[in-house]
Amino acid sequence: MSVVDALTTPVDGDTNIPLSERGPAAIEVVVGFGFWLFLLSDVVIFSALFAAYAVLADRTAGGPDGLHLFNRGLVLIETGCLLFSSFTCGLCSIAIERRSAAATYFWAAITFAFGAAFLGLELSEFLRMGSEGAGPTRSAFLSAFFTLVGTHGLHVTLGLCWLAVMMAQVATLGFRPVVVRRLLCFTLFWHALDIVWIGVFTIVYLGAGYA
Amino acid sequence: MLGKLSWDALPLDQPIPMAASVLMIVAIAAVLVTIVLKGWWPYLWREWITSVDHKRIGVMYAVLALVMLLRGFTDAMMMRTQQAVAAAGAQGYLPPEHFDQIFSAHGTIMIFFVAMPFMIGLMNFVVPLQLGVRDVAFPTLNSVSFWLTAAGALLVNMSLAVGEFAKTGWLVYPPLSELAFSPGVGVDYYLWALQISGAGSLMTGINFTTTILKLRAPGMGYGRMPVFCWTALASNLLIVAAFPILTATLAMLLLDRYLGFHFFTNAAGGNAMMYVNLIWAWGHPEVYILVLPAFGVYSAVISTFAGKPLFGYRSMIVATMAICMLSFMVWLHHFFTMGAGADVNGFFGIMTMIIAVPTGVKVFNWLFTLYGGRVRFASPLLWSLGFICTFVIGGMTGVLLAVPPADFVLHNSLFLVAHFHNVIIGGVLFGAFAGYTYWFPKAFGFTLDERWGKAAFWCWLVGFYLAFMPLYALGLMGATRRMQHYPEADWQPLFVIALVGALVILAGIACIVLQLVVSVRTRESRRDRTGDPWDGRTLEWSTPSPPPAWNFSVLPQVQGADAYWHMKQDGREQSGGRTPPRWQPIVLPRSTPVGFFVSFFSVIAGFSLVWHIWWLAIVGLAGMAAAALTHAWRIHSEIEIPAAEIARAEQARRREVSS
Repeated sequence: MSVVDALTTPVDGDTNIPLSERGPAAIEVVVGFGFWLFLLSDVVIFSALFAAYAVLADRTAGGPDGLHLFNRGLVLIETGCLLFSSFTCGLCSIAIERRSAAATYFWAAITFAFGAAFLGLELSEFLRMGSEGAGPTRSAFLSAFFTLVGTHGLHVTLGLCWLAVMMAQVATLGFRPVVVRRLLCFTLFWHALDIVWIGVFTIVYLGAGYA
Repeated sequence: MLGKLSWDALPLDQPIPMAASVLMIVAIAAVLVTIVLKGWWPYLWREWITSVDHKRIGVMYAVLALVMLLRGFTDAMMMRTQQAVAAAGAQGYLPPEHFDQIFSAHGTIMIFFVAMPFMIGLMNFVVPLQLGVRDVAFPTLNSVSFWLTAAGALLVNMSLAVGEFAKTGWLVYPPLSELAFSPGVGVDYYLWALQISGAGSLMTGINFTTTILKLRAPGMGYGRMPVFCWTALASNLLIVAAFPILTATLAMLLLDRYLGFHFFTNAAGGNAMMYVNLIWAWGHPEVYILVLPAFGVYSAVISTFAGKPLFGYRSMIVATMAICMLSFMVWLHHFFTMGAGADVNGFFGIMTMIIAVPTGVKVFNWLFTLYGGRVRFASPLLWSLGFICTFVIGGMTGVLLAVPPADFVLHNSLFLVAHFHNVIIGGVLFGAFAGYTYWFPKAFGFTLDERWGKAAFWCWLVGFYLAFMPLYALGLMGATRRMQHYPEADWQPLFVIALVGALVILAGIACIVLQLVVSVRTRESRRDRTGDPWDGRTLEWSTPSPPPAWNFSVLPQVQGADAYWHMKQDGREQSGGRTPPRWQPIVLPRSTPVGFFVSFFSVIAGFSLVWHIWWLAIVGLAGMAAAALTHAWRIHSEIEIPAAEIARAEQARRREVSS
């Protein structure tokens, strides 16, 4: 019996009944499913921003283009930070599964640190570009670049706030079911940000020069 | 300190907006004073404002929609009167900058704060009852959604009294809506109101998609779900897929206006046509978000009042989901004149015509359901019949507009205005009224007066044709939309007929108000004691009217489509027909004010962002975060209804039915 079956089968249930006829699903399934839908809607926001970037990528209005602006070496380090924080976030889920508060705090702290490092590097890049006269108001290309990458950065920032709140929840409320469900949603969110970043890295940074 | 806000923001020198806003403020104040004086506040707070019950939230959505309908219709009357008099050099009584605000506000209000809340309200009230469950997947989120929608509506109405509304049309196309050409606060009111209410709609979409896919009574497989639930599912999938595009697009325009970005500006490489593409990638699905639930209402009403199962249940579902998919492949037909080339226009023209196929399937299914049925011509069915005739005409003019060469002639004309009113009034609004009349007894325990209901229907139907058929003709004669005045004297008679039509619709609205007043006064004689006033077929009619907070004392066991009809046939009525030896206690979500507080602070944030009062905006955002965080630490999120209370309610019900 798979996890989903186990969660959706009534206690006195007969497994011959089709899944769709077994009555209301368990709350873990409902919350996880709803959060997946939210993530999909978030991905749609990013697709609109990606589309805008694709349309405006060569509209530099005589200003600098991506090839001359981006420091790909630094972005690779950024990417490493974010992907590693996703790995430690996975380790954090294992700690949550074992209801081990100490391990949860430890891996959450590492996740937070690498997420913050990613954000710091990104901000320093933004500031450098701004000081070189390549801020978002310079050209349509830069407007689209700062909006797309900045929206991802905003998501990472909110994710860090959320992680801090969740650790406070674990500390004050313990691993009660509602807290565990929220932690599950957070880990989904954090991994989804990685997927979006892979798109950003490929299309924005590796794609610069092909526009 | 107060940003751009000063005494100049009040319309002291413009008599019409001044009178309108004074009237609005007096009305709101009168309602609030009555509530306080009568001592209703604690009851309203406890039972409605903080309620997370999907039935209560559904009713509040419908009330919001009806109130905003009055506001949006007032705008419509002003436009019709202006155009009836401003012919052949006359300027009418509305100056251009005011007329422009009126047509922008009319479109924005009617789509976002009438049609959307009405449909979402019906879904809220009906879907969990039809699915045979006790609430939606995320009841608290549902309350937040409603209050965010209300916050958006409030912001739009505030623009009447403080400042101005957009003068750009209801979709605020750049470059006109950019800061260079619209320096006032009107576009900002529009953008923040829609960002706030759009967030609410997105949460609704997630909530209802999850509810329909994950929470159904035992036995209710997908092939047994009522068609209204199917259309609600399609509509909510579209919300999840389309509303994020609206959020992103409006955010880009906000960045242009507030931080000097260049997404859609003329300068620095911006691309205004990208806005038009993005906004319609949301906007076309939005049309189906509105009309699909209405299709579900008609399916329920027609099948009930024909006394027959819906003809072609499966083809109805396939048609619904086909429309759901196709709605994302036609957006370019809103701007054939952009010049994308013959190939692109040809593709989108053909895709648009293809949508008529599943829609036609639905129309034939409804007709075949009526065919050979024992048809009862109650007012919900009249609305549905009016819909079938009117919507087919609207659909045909739509297919005509889908032919790119024809569109080049008719684009931006009154023909287009007539077309979309034809499908939105004939499709969405008639559906809203059909659903309102049909489910009202379920919500309040008494039926609505039939005579006033039928009068309302005939006024709306006749009024609609009088008001919009002339616009088709005017469009073909070359009249463009959004004219504050026009030079042609021979257009005037048609505009006068359109005004007469609007007055007949006004009579229809008056009938609806009177229907409500008369029905409330005579409610004792029109009580619905059975819970099943129309001889219904789906599970909501198996509950008492109004249903208890827990909907079903025992979750029903579904054994086929039209679940309640089969229960009645088998003699297993009410609550699944099984009387358990002992009633079990039921756990329900507890009320919470978080939705009200989040949206209260969102109004503060939105208003201060419109007026550039940055410190207050930070207060508003911090307030929203604080309300959410406070809620996150709430431990007791559920209440338990004791078994004794359920037993009492069930006994009372049985006495009621047998008396």
